Amino acid sequence: MQKVNLCEACSKEKGVTDPTGFALTDLLLGLGAAQEFERANTVQKCPACEFTQNDFKKTGRLGCAVCYDTFAEGLGPLLKSMHKGTFHTGKIPARQMRSIQLDKEIRLLREELQAAVQKEKYEAAADLRDRIRLLETSISS
Amino acid sequence: MKLSSLLSSSGEWLHGEGPHNQIVVSSRVRLARNLREHSFPGHAKKAQRLAVLEEIKPRIEELPEMRDAFSEYMQDLNTLEKTVLVERHLISREQAQKTIGSAVIMNRKQTLSIMINEEDHLRMQAIRAGLQLGNTFKLIDKMDSALEQKLDFAFDPALGYLTACPTNVGTAMRASAMLHLPALVLADQINKVIQAVGKIGLAVRGLYGEGTEAMGNLFQVSNQTTLGEAEEDIIGRLNKVIEQIIEHEQNARQNLLQKKPGTLFDNIGRAYGILTHAYSMTSKEALNLLSFMKLGIDLGFFPGSCLTAVDELFMETQPAHMQKSSTQKLAAEERDSLRAEIIRAKLNAFPKPDIAGPPDEVPNTDTADE
Repeated sequence: MQKVNLCEACSKEKGVTDPTGFALTDLLLGLGAAQEFERANTVQKCPACEFTQNDFKKTGRLGCAVCYDTFAEGLGPLLKSMHKGTFHTGKIPARQMRSIQLDKEIRLLREELQAAVQKEKYEAAADLRDRIRLLETSISS
Repeated sequence: MKLSSLLSSSGEWLHGEGPHNQIVVSSRVRLARNLREHSFPGHAKKAQRLAVLEEIKPRIEELPEMRDAFSEYMQDLNTLEKTVLVERHLISREQAQKTIGSAVIMNRKQTLSIMINEEDHLRMQAIRAGLQLGNTFKLIDKMDSALEQKLDFAFDPALGYLTACPTNVGTAMRASAMLHLPALVLADQINKVIQAVGKIGLAVRGLYGEGTEAMGNLFQVSNQTTLGEAEEDIIGRLNKVIEQIIEHEQNARQNLLQKKPGTLFDNIGRAYGILTHAYSMTSKEALNLLSFMKLGIDLGFFPGSCLTAVDELFMETQPAHMQKSSTQKLAAEERDSLRAEIIRAKLNAFPKPDIAGPPDEVPNTDTADE
């Protein structure tokens, strides 16, 4: 959570008083978030859409869906400062539901597998490994 | 369907009976979506925007709820038509600036409106009368679920729906309610409410005016954050806060009736007097006076049957709506006198406010929810 105090002229310039045009990104970018974004980013240009760091600094908008990956390091802190959490907990498109659920299942099984190995329960570990393999093949199919 | 026939009737939400509809004018929910394989509209080249437009538009038009919809490319609408749509909250100011490569589609009831290639490839909105954010969300959620069968939306398991602006990422949902809060304004308590709401990650804005100087005492309350909270939770939180604001407004109304009846009656009586006798009126003055008429109806000083006329005037006295009703281009002064004329004609049949003195019985300020 970042608190910002603005004088009337600045708030007007930032569009805070305009009920339709208030964009938190623009506000944060003007307050040092841009420099932070730049420092954290190692990639200059999105390979998918050629959108650059500078473009983001200028517009406060990204170029395409892949930009979220490209600029992930810089976006992380920015998203954290503007949202309630860092992980999406809402609606998932039906067509991605299955793969996302499988991913989650595999992640949990891997954790179990690690725990089993640590406790030297090799029989259980082998069983878990087989289940993970099965799920992985169902993703790729 | 032609724009003129769409606009000849006002949207369902303006007349609809909704819960708490004395204080909550309307509920709106907007979802943003983008196609995975294309640049966002702000970065895309014209050819790419056109490709996206032609991929999305037919998919929306074939939805059952969009039968007999109004569907138009932005370059085919003139400035006046666009502004009327803005005044009706059917398109954004940003979309009104767009020409080739963008489009708008809305159903006849004006409860659903879809913008293609605004800031995101898709901005879908549902609007309903009164406080019913949950139902409004269901309406737009259903459309989204139908569309995701046919369109590959940009979605990330960790970040949710990916949007051009990082402030919308996650649910990409903005839910808002338009509230009429004249008593909180009169009692000078509105700034306290705005500050309190701001502290919990929600935003309050004046609807037409700038900053806290809201014209017509209309305010919009909406969620600010979209990541880390499910849609239903955001709406639940918003609902709770709005119910509290309603309670504050009701208390402020009772308080005014009991402690400052003189001020209250004076405001309502003056509003009636000026609206029914003025020959020139700006839209700002009209909104502020109409707000007191609406309050007067809520408090029982005018018959309830007067409400529709007043609600319609809120919309019809907006500048582009005024211009639409005239055949020639109007200068500002001409608009002001036409506005006064329309208001006089509409309020002509209104009885004088029934304010004989402080009422013995305090009228109920919100019966919609009983």
